[in-house]
Amino acid sequence: MATTPTATADSERQPTATEPPVLEARGIVKRFGHVEALRGADFTVHRGEVVALIGDNGAGKSTLIKTLSGVHPPDEGEIRVGGRPVQFSTPLDARRAGVETVYQDLAVADDLSVAANLYLGREILRSGPLGRLGLLDKRAMRNGAAAALDELGVRIPRVTTPIAMLSGGQRQCVAVARAIIWATSVVILDEPTAALGVVQTQRVLDVVRRARDAGMSVVLVSHNMPQVLEIADRVEVLRLGRRAARLRTDEVTTDDLVAAMTGSLSAERDER
Amino acid sequence: MSTVEATAGSQRGEFSDWVRERISHAVSELTAATALVVLFIALSFASPYFLTADNLFNIGAQTAVIAIIATAQTMVIITKGIDLSVGSVAALAGVLGAMVVRDLGFSLWAATVVAIGVGALAGLLNGLLVTVARIPPFIATLGTMSVGRGLVFIFSGAVGVYGLPRSFQLLGNGEILGIPFAVVITVLVAVGVAFLLSQTRFGQYTYAMGSNLEAARRSGIGVRRHLTGVYVLAGVLVGLGGMIAASRVNSGQPNYGISLELDVIAAAVIGGASLFGGQGRIVGTIIGAFLIALVRNGAVLLDISIHYQQVIVGLIIWAAVYFDQYRRRRLEARG
Repeated sequence: MATTPTATADSERQPTATEPPVLEARGIVKRFGHVEALRGADFTVHRGEVVALIGDNGAGKSTLIKTLSGVHPPDEGEIRVGGRPVQFSTPLDARRAGVETVYQDLAVADDLSVAANLYLGREILRSGPLGRLGLLDKRAMRNGAAAALDELGVRIPRVTTPIAMLSGGQRQCVAVARAIIWATSVVILDEPTAALGVVQTQRVLDVVRRARDAGMSVVLVSHNMPQVLEIADRVEVLRLGRRAARLRTDEVTTDDLVAAMTGSLSAERDER
Repeated sequence: MSTVEATAGSQRGEFSDWVRERISHAVSELTAATALVVLFIALSFASPYFLTADNLFNIGAQTAVIAIIATAQTMVIITKGIDLSVGSVAALAGVLGAMVVRDLGFSLWAATVVAIGVGALAGLLNGLLVTVARIPPFIATLGTMSVGRGLVFIFSGAVGVYGLPRSFQLLGNGEILGIPFAVVITVLVAVGVAFLLSQTRFGQYTYAMGSNLEAARRSGIGVRRHLTGVYVLAGVLVGLGGMIAASRVNSGQPNYGISLELDVIAAAVIGGASLFGGQGRIVGTIIGAFLIALVRNGAVLLDISIHYQQVIVGLIIWAAVYFDQYRRRRLEARG
């Protein structure tokens, strides 16, 4: 098994080797009672890349994602955003630092419109005293939502449609788009296509690609190995609460990924 | 490929989608409004007294209290909560409002402020029980219902508060240009709350919390504060409603409002508020309140016993909730 990496130069395809990773976790430890879910996990995301986070059930993926999004503050270790150490005690802290997360089922409010969901918690208020009373500027939000979705290639009937009337794929596209719109550095997607059909999955992945092409960094948690190879630039493998391997998707096969997850291949080829 | 779903059905499909969307939004309201009109016409034929000015005035005033408290109930129901304490809190507010007039010589307006304060406190209690103590709304407000009713009897010695000046009746029986004062207040309350729910951030959060509490929390909404706020505002309206009810009978009645929660929950649900949260509009609730008031009034005019009224209201609640479930299932089947 891989040991804790030692520092070496980052030979990855980083355009500027000096630029710090947009999101980095070092030596994260997280315990739940006697269970050590993370035992010194590392994780790195560079700017404008799609990183897949994979691992067997119980490897600590969900826990790592939750520490990175502020749901579970880590017991030990350090999280850095753009090279600067940060403390995520709540999801709000993470969001303020530019890290947006889409959870599997918890992403959207079904009864609200698409526009209202995109702006949930960040509503645009009217200017002046009316705004101070909490009066919404619905037109601005409608227009903003339509423009943002258009830019990401998300097609929905109207931004005033309640989420409940959308298909599963459209719904997930809205959830992902919402995160991308507000993230300034990283979007974390936890199994974004787990419940979707083939066509719908492609539409979500299209949105992810567009975001990446626009310079956004995306972390993708997925069990779907072909999908990982299709969309991700790099893969980080988690095993038994630690990073077991960092792989470039153009150099590996599905078998390699499975081998890394199960521990028969230990390729923590260190790049730090 | 990525456009397959969205563009399916072209312009015409989109338009019919849009129409369906609008109608499904208002379908409960339209149904309730139709029932209201039918019942109104039926009662006009069934009873010679129904269309008299006195009776219509009476219906207006009767609707007012139900409508104001149902408006409060609607806000709570939208958050996926329920408030069973409205009846006893209204009684407590009315009795204490009457007592400060009789015993301390408060003016009607000062007494109204007291009643509203009582309601707000009860609402705050409900809100904290739900958000801080994490007691489910049904149980939390069931407790408040019992405590409130107990306090009314304790404060009043279990007898009505009489001996009030005539001016005490202004709120419930007064009129402006022939329109019951209570109706004017109801319109102001309804318009205000409808505006709050549909146009402000507070309203947006109210629907969001009821629709998906966890999503709301993760969106950075101060869920506790907002949910508590909804209960407090509901309490304010319940206090006001209780005061109007007391003013109508020119006394504080410790027995007032027993099973009132059924009427107002029925009004809200008939009007399209969903007990599953996230849905409901004040315009529907007002229609529902009218319907309930008409059922009560019609039953009195037609000499149907109060026991049958109870049965009728129960049937209406079943029908409305069944309809809501049915609508949800169809929507889910589509999605």
